Amino acid sequence: MRIEAERLTYIYGPGLPWEKRALDDLSLRIEEGEFVGLVGETGSGKSTLVQLLNGILRPTSGRVLLDGVDLTDRRKPVWKARLQVGLVFQFPESQLFAETVAEDIAFGPRNLGLDRQEVSKRVEESLLKVGLEPALFRQRSPFTLSGGEKRLVAIAGILAMCPRVLIVDEVTAGLDPRGKRDILTRIKLLHRNERTTVIMVSHDMDEIASLVERVVVLKGGRICRQGQTTEVFSDEESLAGCGIRLPTIPQILSSLGRAGWRLPVSIFDVQEAARLIAQECHRGAV
Amino acid sequence: MALSDVVTLGQYIPGNSLLHRLDPRTKFLAAITLTILLFFVTKITGYFFFLVILLSVVAASGISLRFLLRGLRPILFLILFTFVVQAFFSQEGNVILQWGFLAIRDAGLWKAFFMSIRLTLLVLVTTLLTLVTSPIDLTDGLDRLFSFLHVLRVPVHEIAMMMTIALRFIPTLLDETDTIVKAQISRGAPLDRGNIFRRLRGFVAVLIPLFVSAFRRADELAQAMEARCYRGGEGRTRMRAMVLHWTDLWAALAALALGLATLSINWLAVP
Ligand SMILES: Nc1ncnc2c1ncn2[C@@H]1O[C@H](COP(=O)(O)OP(=O)(O)O)[C@@H](O)[C@H]1O
Ligand SMILES: [Mg+2]
Repeated sequence: MRIEAERLTYIYGPGLPWEKRALDDLSLRIEEGEFVGLVGETGSGKSTLVQLLNGILRPTSGRVLLDGVDLTDRRKPVWKARLQVGLVFQFPESQLFAETVAEDIAFGPRNLGLDRQEVSKRVEESLLKVGLEPALFRQRSPFTLSGGEKRLVAIAGILAMCPRVLIVDEVTAGLDPRGKRDILTRIKLLHRNERTTVIMVSHDMDEIASLVERVVVLKGGRICRQGQTTEVFSDEESLAGCGIRLPTIPQILSSLGRAGWRLPVSIFDVQEAARLIAQECHRGAV
Repeated sequence: MALSDVVTLGQYIPGNSLLHRLDPRTKFLAAITLTILLFFVTKITGYFFFLVILLSVVAASGISLRFLLRGLRPILFLILFTFVVQAFFSQEGNVILQWGFLAIRDAGLWKAFFMSIRLTLLVLVTTLLTLVTSPIDLTDGLDRLFSFLHVLRVPVHEIAMMMTIALRFIPTLLDETDTIVKAQISRGAPLDRGNIFRRLRGFVAVLIPLFVSAFRRADELAQAMEARCYRGGEGRTRMRAMVLHWTDLWAALAALALGLATLSINWLAVP
């Protein structure tokens, strides 16, 4: 599913003392099957943008098109189109409410009006997709799960609606390393196996660099920079101008570069970086 | 539009005007005096004078008038209701309009008009008070002001603390409701479509997470307070000691003088 955002502006509290222009005339296009990273400093408008992309917020001006269907059109009932963009909010575990995990995940599919068989099939499938064994988790209360598991269940609740685009907002924030890794692995598999379009909001550049194909950098409600991941993460200075630091490995490579080493910057793999550094060492020694 | 944009209850706009800097006790007493006074004003000249005073105070506070008027929005219905009831059911005066058994009388109309104005001004005064006084200051002030009730075994400090906490959490809970509503709509919850019953059913999915989080917050807050050895008001000192300044005296006197002036003008004026 192709998403086109055309000249989006969004203003919080228009006319109030704390009026805030969160997005400013922003245009963006995301093609079917892409894996896009959305980064930017806190308050740059990432969460606002993704809420506009799934139609839960209406832009102050501008349009959002999903495969050409205008989400902002007030005359048409667009709620079904909207549900094709699954948005996992920040701290999604706070929306769990049902008595059992299965009931909670079933909430979305039921709202779509699916029959019982289809609903329970989707519950099973989404539990498997997030790597939770249905037999073990189906009947548990969501409130007794660990933080990471709760979040996986919340993601499963979105996946059960079979969205064609998955947007995750700071999905690893506040989790332990293992929880983070679990979630990122699952998202990667979803993108690879189902060709789901994924938009990942994060302020962890390492996470972004290791996963996404294209990076969009926001600053002050505008796009500050965008391009292929390797390209965006090779230019430290322009990134700094957008309030973003390089991922860890490129930072090391870039410091070495300033010390006179001849190394590329946008390498995100530890082994690869180690190999290049060793190579350069040898060359220097000769 | 976010919920917190609609509900301005207990909202505070930080600032540094004279009004902001006054002791909360002074502001509270002045506001109470002025509202009581309102019930003695009976003529249009009196109301007019009162309005002029109120507007000058608003101007001095640096609060935009438009924002102050937003405070009226939630009670607009109440004001209208009062007006209609007064206008239609008052039995005094001469009939000026009649539809069947419904009649509008001239005296009734005036009374309706005055009642609505009185209600409006009342709300404006209280809104202004909360706009220029942070909730913490306000409840601290009330705590101090009514601490004499302690001898009657009224748990003044505890009540004030409960008010502080409640006020503090209104915006937080509103924001949280906003987020949860959005999250559930994203899961197709019929909160913004369908008939009223469908919508109400969807609200379960909002209320439960909201309660869960409110209880969790309450629990965490209680723990944090206990970890800091909070055990009520007895012997408790304050980080920001409340001291009455000369400006408080002048402000109180000014409020009193303006109040008396309003009353005299009201008595002297022709109806
Ligand atoms: N409900 C709201 N009311 C008022 N301002 C808001 C609200 N939500 C976000 N903002 C403001 O809009 C800007 C963008 O916020 P957001 O999209 O959450 O940024 P990010 O997700 O990149 O941190 C910030 O300055 C924030 O303070
Ligand atoms: Mg955010």
